Amino acid sequence: MTKLVTAVIKPFKIDDVKAALENLGVHGLTISEVQGYGRQKGHTEVYRGAEYKVDFVPKIKIEVVVADEAADDLVAAITSAAQTGKIGDGKVWVVPVDSVVRVRTGERGADAL
Amino acid sequence: MDQLDSGDTAWMLISSAIVLFMTPGLAFFYGGMVRAKNVLGMIMQNFFCIGIVTLVWSVVGFSIAFGEGNGFWGGFDFFALQDLSGSDNAIPYVVFVAFQLMFAIITPALITGSVADRMKFSAFAIFVTLWSLLVYSPIAHWVWASKGWLLERGAMDFAGGTVVHANAGIAAIALALVLGKRAGWPSGDFRPHNVPFVLLGTGILWVGWFGFNAGSALGANKVAGYALLNTQIATGVAILGWLAIEKIRDGKATTLGAASGAVAGLVAITPACGYVSPMGSIAIGAIAGVVCALATSIKGKVGIDDSLDVGAVHLVGGVLGALLTGFFATVDTNSLAHDGIFYGGPWSVLGEQALAVGATLGYSAVVTALIALLIKYTIGLRLSDEDQITGMDESLHGETAYRFTSIGGGGSLSSSVTPVKVPEEAKA
Repeated sequence: MTKLVTAVIKPFKIDDVKAALENLGVHGLTISEVQGYGRQKGHTEVYRGAEYKVDFVPKIKIEVVVADEAADDLVAAITSAAQTGKIGDGKVWVVPVDSVVRVRTGERGADAL
Repeated sequence: MDQLDSGDTAWMLISSAIVLFMTPGLAFFYGGMVRAKNVLGMIMQNFFCIGIVTLVWSVVGFSIAFGEGNGFWGGFDFFALQDLSGSDNAIPYVVFVAFQLMFAIITPALITGSVADRMKFSAFAIFVTLWSLLVYSPIAHWVWASKGWLLERGAMDFAGGTVVHANAGIAAIALALVLGKRAGWPSGDFRPHNVPFVLLGTGILWVGWFGFNAGSALGANKVAGYALLNTQIATGVAILGWLAIEKIRDGKATTLGAASGAVAGLVAITPACGYVSPMGSIAIGAIAGVVCALATSIKGKVGIDDSLDVGAVHLVGGVLGALLTGFFATVDTNSLAHDGIFYGGPWSVLGEQALAVGATLGYSAVVTALIALLIKYTIGLRLSDEDQITGMDESLHGETAYRFTSIGGGGSLSSSVTPVKVPEEAKA
């Protein structure tokens, strides 16, 4: 069985998180640039005196599919690597994955990772 | 008739070329400030000005402005640019025609900033044609033609503070009023999409402005030198003034503010540059930077969507420059100047400046509004809200400014776009 670990983190932490995942032997991951907000609200921009409150903050979303038993370690590694202790550090969550297929070979499940 | 002077002529040819470059510069100055979906629409209006005004000016606009005529209207002596050579001087008259053409191009282009994102292209085309003939050419005649009534009264406008900037500034407000606000203004997101474009455009404008101002000496001489130096001084100081206001009022000095301050300084020194001293230019630049920065808050209070602050920069800056010329002008800089208030001149000098400003503003506002109303009630001025939401680039011109994504963009994936019309040979 496999799980999908999704993390939304501060963009400047992506290198630390990637290194931490490599240490755990994670072979691959997918990242995307996303925007959003939680408790950390956006910033203010002023153009010729006209003030705009920019609500969405740029974040990096990381997605990794791993074997069930590896998920807890992965969450711990991401959490510790991405943590600054300040508001806006992000979230990590885990959901079960019904099936995974490696496109090149057609392998399924844990073999596809 | 004086002998042709090759030095003067060379300088005027160069000035003409770099004044033309101001309009593409303006296109980027404005284009960077609009939203990404409207950048081509904005640049198009400016390039269209280059096309249509070149045609209109060559056939009849120059004649209305600089034909002998009477104090108010030059008439048709130079219709189709015939009989120019009789007026050759140190520079051939044809060079003067070309130089003045570049001014006639950029003046209506300045108006495009106040009506950004929401004007029909056909309406804009008709507006520019009529405005150039019925507003720009007559006012240029009043102030710059030898028989012009404001020139004869003694108004000083070295390079176009009233004719170009106050005129375009008030016209921009009048047109924006008739046209109405952008869909969603002021609550939506109207942030500039590309501030580096704004600064790039400012740099082009600044260099071109040396041709505009120093070229207005109509020769390579000391007054041209003063005009160039004064332009530089006022512009530099105006940046500082605008940034100081931003730092105090908004907490941060911005690059958009630096660009805006520079243009405010360039505008304000335009009528003064060939008449004032370098120290006078410091004062004019500082006042322009501060006052124009503060003036950007007016549009919100009065509810006029002067989208890119043509009023705050060109109207306020142009009027300031024209009036301050009445204080700072000195015959030490230019023997053709009238000493201003600070050099022992009479208050009537300021009065003539104010009259020139008032006449320009009144005439331009009324005739601009009439042209705008004429178009509004015939073919219509405004883009529909739906077209505004789509953006001018797609709805008016069928183009996309930026294709940076891989899907349907300039990247490796092309399957989402299918060429419909391709050259026959390419198919085989």
